[in-house]
Formats: sequence, C-alpha cells, structure tokens
Amino acid sequence: MTYIGQSVKRVEDKRFTTGKGKYTDDIKLVGMTHAHIVRSPYAHAKILSIDIDTALAHPGVVAIFTGKDIAAAGINGVPAGWQVNFKDGTTMKEPPHPLLVADRVKHVGDGIAVVIAEDDATARDAADLIEIEYEVLPAVTNPAEAIKPGAPQVHDSAPNNMCFDWELGNPKAEVDAAIAASHHVTRLDFINQRMAPNAIEPRSAIGHYDDSKDKYTLYTTSQNPHLTRLLMCAFVLGIPEHKVQVVAPDVGGGFGSKIFHYIEEALVIWASKQIGRPIKWTSDRSEAFLTDAHGRDHVTTAEMGFDKDGKITALRVNTVANLGAYISTFAPAVPTYLHGTLLQGLYTTPKIHVDVIAAFTHTNAVDAYRGAGRPEATYLLERLVDTAALEMGMDPAELRFKNFIPAFDGVTQPGYQTQVALQYDSGNYEPVLERGLEMVGYEQFRKDQAEARKNGKLLGIGFSTYIEACGIAPSAVVGALGARAGLYESAQVRVQPTGKVSVFTGSHSHGQGHETTFAQVVADRLGIAMEDIDIVHGDSDSVAFGMGTYGSRSLAVGGSAIVKSIDKVLEKGAKIAAHKLEAAEEDLEYAGGKWTVKGTDKSIGFGDIALTAYVPHDYPAGLEPGLDFSSFYDPTNFTYPFGCHIAIVEVDQDTGKVTLKRFIAVDDVGNVINPMIVDGQIHGGLAQGIGQALLEGVIYDENGQLVNGSYMDYAMPRADDLPSFEIDRKVTPCPHNPLGVKGAGEAGCIGSTPAVVNAVMDALAPFGVIKNLEMPLTPQRVWRAMHQ
Amino acid sequence: MIPANFEYHRAGSVDEALSLLATHDGNAKVLSGGHSLIPALKLRLNQPAALVDIARIAALRYIRQDGNHIAIGAASTHKDIATSALLAQHLSMMPQAAGMIGDPQVRNVGTIGGSIAHADPAADWPGVLLAADAEIVLQSASGKRSLAAQDFFLGFFTTALAEGELVTEIRIPIPAAGTKSTYQKFSQPASRFAIVGCAAVVQVSNGTCSHVRVAFNGVSDSCFRDGNVEKALEGKAATAENIAAAAAQAAQGVSILSDHYAAEDYRTHLAQVFAKRALSAVAG
Repeated sequence: MTYIGQSVKRVEDKRFTTGKGKYTDDIKLVGMTHAHIVRSPYAHAKILSIDIDTALAHPGVVAIFTGKDIAAAGINGVPAGWQVNFKDGTTMKEPPHPLLVADRVKHVGDGIAVVIAEDDATARDAADLIEIEYEVLPAVTNPAEAIKPGAPQVHDSAPNNMCFDWELGNPKAEVDAAIAASHHVTRLDFINQRMAPNAIEPRSAIGHYDDSKDKYTLYTTSQNPHLTRLLMCAFVLGIPEHKVQVVAPDVGGGFGSKIFHYIEEALVIWASKQIGRPIKWTSDRSEAFLTDAHGRDHVTTAEMGFDKDGKITALRVNTVANLGAYISTFAPAVPTYLHGTLLQGLYTTPKIHVDVIAAFTHTNAVDAYRGAGRPEATYLLERLVDTAALEMGMDPAELRFKNFIPAFDGVTQPGYQTQVALQYDSGNYEPVLERGLEMVGYEQFRKDQAEARKNGKLLGIGFSTYIEACGIAPSAVVGALGARAGLYESAQVRVQPTGKVSVFTGSHSHGQGHETTFAQVVADRLGIAMEDIDIVHGDSDSVAFGMGTYGSRSLAVGGSAIVKSIDKVLEKGAKIAAHKLEAAEEDLEYAGGKWTVKGTDKSIGFGDIALTAYVPHDYPAGLEPGLDFSSFYDPTNFTYPFGCHIAIVEVDQDTGKVTLKRFIAVDDVGNVINPMIVDGQIHGGLAQGIGQALLEGVIYDENGQLVNGSYMDYAMPRADDLPSFEIDRKVTPCPHNPLGVKGAGEAGCIGSTPAVVNAVMDALAPFGVIKNLEMPLTPQRVWRAMHQ
Repeated sequence: MIPANFEYHRAGSVDEALSLLATHDGNAKVLSGGHSLIPALKLRLNQPAALVDIARIAALRYIRQDGNHIAIGAASTHKDIATSALLAQHLSMMPQAAGMIGDPQVRNVGTIGGSIAHADPAADWPGVLLAADAEIVLQSASGKRSLAAQDFFLGFFTTALAEGELVTEIRIPIPAAGTKSTYQKFSQPASRFAIVGCAAVVQVSNGTCSHVRVAFNGVSDSCFRDGNVEKALEGKAATAENIAAAAAQAAQGVSILSDHYAAEDYRTHLAQVFAKRALSAVAG
C-alpha cells in the first residue's frame, strides 16, 4: 500500500467535525480563575491615575495587577526574535513592550491592568469599575507620516519613529543608472493594506503554577509552543525553562498570528504564581481585532525599467513598513528578508535595489500574516508587470514569457542565483503559465472580452506568476540575517515493542492536517499501516524541541526531520534483522514492512524486529536495546514553490462592484503527499488573497481608533463571494530535502491578490491605465476610478 | 463579549409580556429574535435590567389573509415571510426582501416585529413596509392602536412605539391585480445590511404607471418614501426613458448617510441606480 500521493481523509477531522476537538478554552483546571485585561481606549495617552479600589472590592474578584506591579516585579517586556540593524550598522531600536503599561499607552488595545476573578463575567464586570484618567496625546498611524519631522513620537528611544532602515540588492547607483537608461519605466505608488488575520479560534492562555512541584504549565493557542517557552522563560520572566511546560493543544487557525509570544502568555504564568491558582484568559473577537498581530501595511513606491523589446532592465523599490507600536516576535524579518529577497520574482531582472524603513506608529503590532513579506513582494512585481504591459501595449502573458528565468532542476544544473541574496533551488516557470493560459482559454477570452466591451460590459483578465521562499530555513543563513533562533526542526520516531509507532514532531498543526500527512510519510517509509502511527505535537514535555509551524515549513523541514529519524530506525533495524536472518546487512533489502535476504524468501517483519529490540534475548553483540531515534533537520536552503494565478472579473459600471467570475491556479509546490490537503490549502489561501484584493483591510482613523474592528464592518471573504476554483499543479521536486517537497500553505495567498487586482485594471482599461486604485477594491473605489 | 447582568423572562402571551414590561417600568428591553439587541448587550452598549422575550408567543406568529389585507404576526420570522405563498402571490417583494436578510441562521430566528421596532436605517423591512402602505398594529396595557408605516418610523433608530408598547401585527393591503413589487439591495459586504435598499411597487395598466411607491433603506438616517421619484413616474407611460428620468430624481432633499464604505455622493448615485433597477423590474 502506498499512501504518498493519495488523498487520504484527514484523521483529525473526526474530532473536529464532531465537536470533540480540545482547544485551550475547553480546558478547565481545578481552582481556575479568569482574567480580563483592561485595555487602552486611546492610541496615545499618558496614564495619569488608575483607581482599582472599587473593582478590587467587587465580590468574586481575586486580584488586580497593573503596570506598576509588573515594573515592581522587574519583569522585562516581550522581546523581538529577529534583529535588523540600520544600514550604518547602528543597532535596531528595540523599545520595551511591557506586559502591562504603567505610564504611556501606545495603541488602542494596549494592556493596562488585569482583573482576575472567580469567573469570566465577574472579571469583565469588575473591569468596568476601574477608573483610569488619561491625558490624550496626538497619534500617528501611517508609517510614511510617522517618519516625517514633527510627527508624534511613539517611543522616546526611537527618534523619528524609525526602528531601522535597510537595503538589499545591487549598488543603488547601478540600479538608478539602469532605470534612467530604460526605454520604458513603469512606476506604482501604493499601499499594501493592513490585514487582520482572523483565526476562527480567538487566542487563549492558561497559566498554572504548581508550588508542590515548583512547576509552571502554560496552555496556549500557539503555532510555536517551544519558542514561546524559550522567549517567556529566558527573556521575559527569567524562570527556569526545565520547570515550564508549554502545551498548545488543538489550535483553530493562526495564519501567522499565533506564532508570536504575546504579553498575555507571560502575564497568566506570572500572575498564577502570585495568586497560587490557575488563571485562564481568552480573547474576545473585539480584542482579537485590536491585539492579534496584524499583517502587511507597506507604503511602497516601485519602479520597473524595460528595454524596447520588453525585457526587464531594473527594479527599484522603496517601502516604509508599519511595525505598529511594538516590535512583535518576527516583525523585523517580514518587510526585509521575507520581502526584499523575493524581488527577483520569476524574472531575469539584472539590477535590483530595495530600500526599507521600518516605522513605529500608534497602532497594533504588525508581523507575519499568511505569506509574510512574499505577498507584498509578489504584489508589487506582478502589478508592475501587468501595468507595464498595459502601458507598453504588450500582452501580459507574452511579457512574462520574455522575462522568465530558464528552467533549472538544481541537480544537474545549478540553482539560480538572484540579485537579492537567495539561490532558487529548482524551477521550471513556463509550463505553469502555459497551463494557466490553456485552462482559461486565453485566445477565446480576449475575443469574448472585445465583444463584451462593445456591449458595454467590463470584463478583465489578470495574471500573477509568483515565486515564494518557504521551508524556513537554514539556521546559519537566517542567523547571519539577524534571526535570534535557529530554524531547524526536531522529530523523534519511537517504535513501540509491538511495532506501533509514535512520532513526536516539533511542527505544530493548527489546521494543516499534519496528523494525516506526516503519518502517510511514515507509513510509506516503514511499509506499515497508517493506523499503526500516532503523530504527537504541541507539548514541550513530550516533544524534545520545535520551531513550530509557519512559513510553509512543516513538511519540508519537520517532515524531513521525521525522515531522518526513520532512516536511523531502519538502519538499526537492519542490524537486528541481519542477526536474526543470519545474513550480512548489505544482503538485506527493506520493503513492504519487512527485511528480506535478496534473492531468497527469507524475511523478517518490522514488528518482529521491534519486539526483538525491546526483548533483546537473541540480539547483535554490542548493540543497544530499543528502537527510538531523535533527529534535528536543518535545511540547506529555502524551498521555492511557484505558480501561475489567473483571475477573470466583471465590473459593474453602474456600481463599481467587482464580480470574480473565474479563478485559475496552477501551482508547483514540489512533490505532493496528500493532494486533497494541498487542494484545501490552496483554496483557503486563494480565499485569503482574494479577500485582500476585494474585501478586507484594517482601517485606523487619524486618532488611531480602529474603525472596523468587528465582523459587522471588516469584510471577510465568504463562499458566495468566490467562484468555484479551477486548480491544477505541476511538479518540480525540491532537490535538497528527502521528500522533494516545497510547501503549499501560503502559495494561494501569495499569488492570488495581484491576479485579481490586475484583472480589475484590465477590465477598466477602456478608462485608461488606472494607477491610484488602492486595495481593497471596494465598489466605491472602483466607481470613483471610472468616474474621476 | 460578556453582557452585563440582566434578568430574562420568556412571555407566553402578549398580556404577560405587557405586564412584565410594566413591572420593570422602562428598564426592560423586548427581545424578539435578538440579532441586533444581543450584539449590543455583548458590547455593553445596552445594559437593560431585564429582557422580555416575545419571540415564542405562538399567537404572534402567523401570516394570513384578513379581508383585503394580509396580516403578519410580529413574531413571524424572516424565514416565515421568505417562504410565504400568500405574500409571494400578492406582494412578491416581501419574500424577496426576507430572503436577502442576513443568512439562513439569521432568517430562522430574526423576526419582522423585532426588526421594525429597532428601526435600523440600514435594515430591509422599513422601506419595504413603506412601499407596501403597511399599517403597524401596536398594543399596550391601555389597548391597541394602528399607525401607518409612514407615521411609525420617525428617524434614526426611532419609532412611534411608546414605553410599554409592543408591535403585534403588520397589516398590508392586498394590491390591485396587475401590481408588481420588488426589492433591490446593494449590501455592505461585512454586515450584509443595505448600503442602498430600494422597494418599488407599481401598477401598470394599458402601459401607464399608477400606484407608484418607491422607498429606500440605508440611504438616509431613516427609511423614506421618495415622493420625487413617485411623482415623476405616476401617470406616465412605462417606458425606459420615463423610468430613467424618474430614477434620476432619487434621494434628493434628504440627508444622506456617509461612511468609509460609501460616501454621500456615491450613496446618492447608488440610490439612483437602484431606483432604476427596481422600477425597471416592476414597470420595465
């Protein structure tokens, strides 16, 4: 039986679809109390006084802590996990992010006090009884405004609100010269708008200090439990790591927002020790909008030069990235090493330069959100290419074929060295666009479009041929780029005496289906049934270590670590089998769950070897008993999935409403273990990417108030906003990991956004080349673009 | 998202509901579906001492012909109306509008009485009831009274409902044969409330329009009948030109709502677009 390549139904779905998933908020501990956090209603204000007396006297209230208590306890703020220094070598400005603010709040939602009570309703009621006096100060929310002289300052220690500035690519003078010498330059000024991640399960954390063992347990909604433990213990609370267990049970979506170490996690752990009881905090949806790290928010100018034949000559990018009020865990990496490094795209652009300024503003923190940097890079590249095609009167597909990097497999041919630090592993770009054109029926579409235009109907087609970097990442490389952690993964394969297998992985599933996909890999490699395999994740007491799940890294990095451990199991198993079969190891072959002496019918099964390893009566001399191996896998390169997304839209000329008529996606994510799960990942990613193009976007007003912090106002894509997706795949295996996989978690979200926007621009072509239309393309904005 | 404490009372009859309201002397809110009230409670925008739930009063849930009227009990759900054959036969905009409210879960629980008592300017029922010449029946301890929809909806979340009074019935005159009705809506994509909702009723006989009713939701701070559009088409031939000319008069002389999704000029433009679409559907 071969599992790899089969759409095996997800084993975890039994509990998820029958209401038996166990999420953090489902956990009830004896004596547990409930926390409510009092948050700032202002974006920027001095706290003049806090009166907690009435609240503290409210029946059922156990304790109240404020920023003064946190400061008095000498607790550090939550740290950044990545450091990007200024161009001149000056250290990144890293102002503290305290668990609770004592003096000056810096965004709406900043934590001020925590009320701990016998139940959640009492905590909420008592919170209303806390009296806080503020002196409201001017705020700044737009990062490009924040770095101008005279703007309100977020941190005294970060002049001009600059966290760092950064550049990458060819020398700027060379790029400037190449742009100046270009036959045609396409320029776009735009905002890649701020997004709210909106995982369906809100964040939650339970802190439990057990004084009888002097041990802490944190249950938390994390994509990254081990890193949360490391950051919280070593940097925030200064408590010994071996005395802290972090459990991330079932987690209902994250999209990046649950990678990071948040103040509430450290707060419930610290406060639990103070009160001697467990404490649960669960975010409500309003808090989620205010405090789950947001995504994107780049203000960008991008210019692409072309020669007279349409060959790209140069790319110059200037971005001001909004970090929000504080540096979230991976925030510095997102607009830099996950964005600037992708600006080669699929094209042979010979000269590239990117400048990035990371700015503080009086807004919620911005960090990795599905795609993290790569969607921003893809958006600007693909918008430039389609806009250039319109401006130069060229076909956008043809313009891409002219500029594609030629195919390379990364095995017999070297990887492709970009101008922006990366070396692509393997790629074959023309076939995905060719397949996309075939699926959409491109020639016929252009005829239909011309006909529709005659009848006053606005039909448009938009392309996006994207590349991304995932399988994050070689530790030495990211370390040189400022990461304060390695980005390998661990795996332990424990063969039980009966031949059943427990796999402990440092990856963390929060919707990806690891329990199925990983089991398929293990089952095939060992030649045993999937039912005989259990995948364990999300508990720091069970799993040796882990770097978590994000950046589409689980299978490429976590799966490879599992393969390494399986190889060790089979290597040792072969020694035992050779002994039992009285044959030389090199005469054995392993297939179908048994070792066979080549050319004979002498064989011994996996289960017999497992039992022998644990009951080693008749056993190779000098060999340790047991069959249980751990591995750490540190990849040698990123992986580089790519693909072609094509959108067809119709614009209602009367209202400006955009209807997405068709969406074609041809993705190459390397080898595929479970096609159904990959399809699901692509579908979900497409919905999110299309959501950014047409519907979503966090709006702060000039005072820093969040205008659309609810589902009444923030438009998430729904099934009836989307067509039935038409998807296909090509396979260019990853040459540097044992599974040949590249990652599929973010591809849909990275490729789709510019395809939709490009399609709208194509539909609006009769009104001229429109360049100032910002996402989301709401009906009002499109209507104005047509009628301005 | 935890509301402040409140008492909950489920009334079994109108009399019981009225008596419960009287007991709480203005500190109780009527719950009839709750799709607007419960979110307001959760956000603590509203902190009543008690809720009186009237949605389970069986005697308030009916849609029936009563002489030359259709009588709709206030506790009828949007789903009841969306699936009513009687309304589909006589006034198809009613089931059509009901089917555009929220999603199936909302339609299964939300009631027409609850919606109109709340009088959200972006809700779907107010404009539809104006165009239908509906009467709203109100009941209090001192008896019943009936108001024309025009006199019931007073403004932004404001109605003629007095303290201690309930909406019990909506009465709609059965239109003359040959009358057509429609409801056309442009939704906010998050809330799915109306940016513009246009209800239109027209009788066309021998190619001439009469009994022209055009009313809007979402456009202004209250629902309103658009007399300019109505007058422009009343008595005129049912032609595309006349419809376009009438629709171009839409939303004049009223204050226009403005928000980040639809500013005043755009919303006014949409009102004209949807007036044209609605009139084209019934008189085109």
